[in-house]
Amino acid sequence: MKLGIIGAGAVGSAVARLAPEYGHSVVALADSESAAIDPDGLDPEALLARKEDGEALGESDPDEALDAPYDVLVEATPTTLGDAEPGFSHIRRALEGDRHAVLANKGPVAERYEEVRTLETGSRGQVRFEATVAGAIPALSTIADLGAGNVTAIRGVLNGTANFILSRMAAEGLGYEHVLAEAQDLGVAEADPSFDVQGTDAALKCVILANVLAEGNGDGDTAEVGVRESYTLADATVEGIEHVPPSALELAAEDGRTIRLIGEVSTGSIRVGPRLVPEHGTLAVTGTQNILQLEARHAGRLNISGRGAGGPETATAVLADISRLEA
Amino acid sequence: MTENARPDGGRERAYTVRLELVDEPGELLNALEPIATQGGNLLSIFHERGSLTPRGHIPVEVALEATPEGFEGIVDALRESGVAVVQAGSERYSEHLTVLLIGPLVDTDLSDTLSCLEERAEASVTDVSLSAPEGTAGTSSARLRLATAEADHTLSIVHEAAAEKGLDVIEPLTPGAER
Repeated sequence: MKLGIIGAGAVGSAVARLAPEYGHSVVALADSESAAIDPDGLDPEALLARKEDGEALGESDPDEALDAPYDVLVEATPTTLGDAEPGFSHIRRALEGDRHAVLANKGPVAERYEEVRTLETGSRGQVRFEATVAGAIPALSTIADLGAGNVTAIRGVLNGTANFILSRMAAEGLGYEHVLAEAQDLGVAEADPSFDVQGTDAALKCVILANVLAEGNGDGDTAEVGVRESYTLADATVEGIEHVPPSALELAAEDGRTIRLIGEVSTGSIRVGPRLVPEHGTLAVTGTQNILQLEARHAGRLNISGRGAGGPETATAVLADISRLEA
Repeated sequence: MTENARPDGGRERAYTVRLELVDEPGELLNALEPIATQGGNLLSIFHERGSLTPRGHIPVEVALEATPEGFEGIVDALRESGVAVVQAGSERYSEHLTVLLIGPLVDTDLSDTLSCLEERAEASVTDVSLSAPEGTAGTSSARLRLATAEADHTLSIVHEAAAEKGLDVIEPLTPGAER
């Protein structure tokens, strides 16, 4: 497949680097400043080395990359809330040109899901977004295999930064500010960590999951009461971890428990907040690990854990989506 | 995993027993002994010394954990030893709920918060641990264990009471389905 990659951050550049190994060529690669375009295929390694040296990616305007002769547009620009721009418009351009769109950007499928699906209906291209939920963890493909209508509830740890902070606080008895600073030094937390520690990032993933589950909700007799057609961030109840003191983690530990930032999706309710979980239980993953726990009819409970962030890790989810487009 | 598994294969649950004691020294101890000898685990005793029953007895509410078989043995043994068992509420408080409260717990009068919970939620607070590393004026945490008939209902009361006092609540993932 020929890939047009918009966004050259950790995920976008990892997709570009791994593309040849997975049998794809990159015909366009754009960051916010410029774009490199070559219908015969670019050399991602050389381009990214240039970018790392502070040079422009290419000679073209970033917008021109959207018109390059790609089969699949990889949308890997930063997640934006509300109108989810410019990501949404990028996807629209791809679909209106009957090309596929594969997303790493959560915004369009969390905030404008119905519109994205409507655009897809009018296009010969498809939209896939495995990378938007829990990085390398095959969340959406597992749901698709089970059948979205058979998945009755999902819960899990969906933000590695918050999980790192809580598990370090519990292990070392240190305060929130102290561990946050440490996480920032390690590159685990961003300079502005609010998206992660206030629960927004986990909530966006839950909203996307709720949208996928809602599609599996049947009509008439089989429809579950209380499930809407689609959801946005405004439908989620979100609480972060900033107010969790070390003393709370200590008291939890005395009782064989710990605190984790848990996201939950069930029958139309979306909720993210710090919760008590058994200290050595399945959901109490440590460090930056993520875990997804699915409740499914007939299948029972399924747990999938792994790396929920990181360039190459998340890029594997994008590449998995691309190979499903070929199938 | 909803209840503690015991080596004998039985499962412990919480029970509340209401007793009426004669106002004589040693009566309370006498009444509690069968609980221990029958393998029950005493959770709390509410001894209303001030109020007497119409018959002039002292009402005592005892919360305990036991297997269903053990509980039957306890009630039988209490009656045999001459203690008036007025209510053996086998199902009354069969669920447990553990929550954390975070905030200015001391400044907002923790004991008032607790009695408020017991009153409104028809629950019994069976354990309280407080951690106040910043002293009484700062943010502290408390872990409460409640025995209740309906954990979901009790949880909503906990949220309500906490909100009134500006406290945060951290609840378990599955209220009621707890140890």
